[in-house]
Amino acid sequence: MSILIDKNTRVITQGFTGKQGTFHSEQSIVYGTQFVGGVTPNKGGQKHLNLPVFNTVAGAMNETDANASMIYVPPQFAYASILEAIEAQMPVIACITEGIPVQDMLKIRAILKTSDSILIGPNCPGVMTPDECKLGIMPGNIHQAGSVGVISRSGTLTYEAVHQTTQAGLGQSTCIGIGGDPIQGMSFIDCLALFEADSQTQSIIMVGEIGGSAEEEAAEYIQSHVSKPVVSYIAGLSAPKGKRMGHAGAVISAGTGKAIDKINALEKVGVAIAPTPATMGETLLEVLAWKTPLLS
Amino acid sequence: MHIHEYQAKRLFNDFNIQTPKGILIDKITKAKSACDVLRSDVWVVKAQVHAGGRGKGGGVVLCRSVEEVERASQQLLGSQLITPQTDSKGLLVGQLLIEAGQNIERELYLGLLIDRQTQKITVLASTEGGMEIEKVASETPDKIIKFGIDPLGSLSVQDCTLMAQKLGLNTELTKQFNNTLLGLYEIFTQKDVNLIEINPLIVTQENQLLALDGKIDFDDNALYRHKDIVALRDISQEDEKERLASEYQLNYISLDGSIGCMVNGAGLAMATMDLIEHFGGSPANFLDVGGGTTADRVAKAFELIQTEANVKGILVNIFGGIVRCDLIAQGILQAIETVGLTLPIVVRLEGTNAPKGLNLLDKSEFNIHVESDLTKAAIKIVALTK
Repeated sequence: MSILIDKNTRVITQGFTGKQGTFHSEQSIVYGTQFVGGVTPNKGGQKHLNLPVFNTVAGAMNETDANASMIYVPPQFAYASILEAIEAQMPVIACITEGIPVQDMLKIRAILKTSDSILIGPNCPGVMTPDECKLGIMPGNIHQAGSVGVISRSGTLTYEAVHQTTQAGLGQSTCIGIGGDPIQGMSFIDCLALFEADSQTQSIIMVGEIGGSAEEEAAEYIQSHVSKPVVSYIAGLSAPKGKRMGHAGAVISAGTGKAIDKINALEKVGVAIAPTPATMGETLLEVLAWKTPLLS
Repeated sequence: MHIHEYQAKRLFNDFNIQTPKGILIDKITKAKSACDVLRSDVWVVKAQVHAGGRGKGGGVVLCRSVEEVERASQQLLGSQLITPQTDSKGLLVGQLLIEAGQNIERELYLGLLIDRQTQKITVLASTEGGMEIEKVASETPDKIIKFGIDPLGSLSVQDCTLMAQKLGLNTELTKQFNNTLLGLYEIFTQKDVNLIEINPLIVTQENQLLALDGKIDFDDNALYRHKDIVALRDISQEDEKERLASEYQLNYISLDGSIGCMVNGAGLAMATMDLIEHFGGSPANFLDVGGGTTADRVAKAFELIQTEANVKGILVNIFGGIVRCDLIAQGILQAIETVGLTLPIVVRLEGTNAPKGLNLLDKSEFNIHVESDLTKAAIKIVALTK
């Protein structure tokens, strides 16, 4: 079993006929995802990539039984697109779009609390269950079905973690990029809870970075709720204070969000910290070797 | 995006928040008439730069005569003001705000920000105004009053009154406080603000509540819907390289080290800096070239890195996902040629067609060292720049 998405997931793209939407939908189809169509307002009834185009998410869900959507619309339309997906009760929504105003996301976040929809992102690579479903922009070929659950605030660092666990022969159950924005859908804690309950997932890699206190909150949660081994890498030990490091959410401000505080919080609850971004897989192998009882 | 104090105060006035009377000057010759118009016997000359800690840097001068105002203006206008929050070069003072001095009875703090943990717009208020609020928060957290606002609701007069009571304000001041806080909230939500701050918010001996200073940080991602705010931008206050980089859609931050970095993805870019430090080197910059990694953007990135005087070598770290590594390698070669780059470069490529890409780079006539292993690449560039 995986989490969030699998081979039965029926996927649509919002912003289907745009350049990004087209490219990544194609990639997703090539990977073997069960793709059922897409949404572009005013283009309903047309065919795109040999699949039906709908005017609305609700319309697409009615006709195709879609249960997951990935969003590629420009940031100024993202609020409306996410809201539309929530209102149509789309179960899983991955918003790839970067650059959404944070106050738009505050409202979305509040609306999500009264809904059953799950939002991943925005400003993220999406979700991937190897060999089954690719809901996002991650390169499919570095993945391998396996036992590690990957959660990350950064896209390219997700790929590092994936690549390294593939090299290590462990593979991944599901990989989730939760995104680099200050206000987002799924949190580390939401993902940890799902991985803890998932029988395929044997261990977890959690990639964090400077800014906010999500890693500290995750540490608290791990202490009382997660029994599976967790390895973490936190980016930004060398980052200067007060500068936004690419991601809108990656900034050390008002004395909070420092990498070292996150590392300390995680180490305190028994999470193994990979000392460099190149040693996430290695660190996990060490932890697993340590936890495996010797044969007598 | 940041704006100047005088711009923040004009916005305050538009939203019914009271400020001391002030006049903006950009020439010393205007100092005297500014003093005359303000009709006071004490004035404060305030350097307009995008940095806090101006008082400590000598950018806020209390004057008791017109001559003193002129002298302070002479010293500040056109100078580079260095404060605890600027770099060693400081920031250019192009304008001064001259204000009438106030009889201060109490100094409060009032601000709004987005609390990531509670996911709400949050009001912060404190009786300890004039100090750095971070310091107050860490040393005497009980002196901070916090109030979260439902993102789908709004701030009510009753909410404001409750905060005013906690700050110990009398009936007349409470009325003024409510107007001030409601004004801040309106600016925050109407203009897509990340952080808005009045520090200090003063109570005068005349029982008036005035914003003595003002700081606003706007959400860059929302500027597309606020042309009026974009018009307030002062590029003389921005880092030249960071500004140029943003025009090429590159994320660039200058640092003091000797190893230039070019990486795809913000997280990996940060992690690459960490890795360089881990092996005893020091990064010269943060640079995320983004997903595209075209020859043109790589060339612009190399150009930027090359302008940093202290750079002795460059580490290129690309995790080629969907873009093939052989195409990226071609782009890098083309960029090196365009820019005429002579510094030693270590390139780490991983992803689709990585061996092919590395081979292309290895065979070239340029000063390139290739590596598919990230750790080895970092060790190599540190050794080459020692």
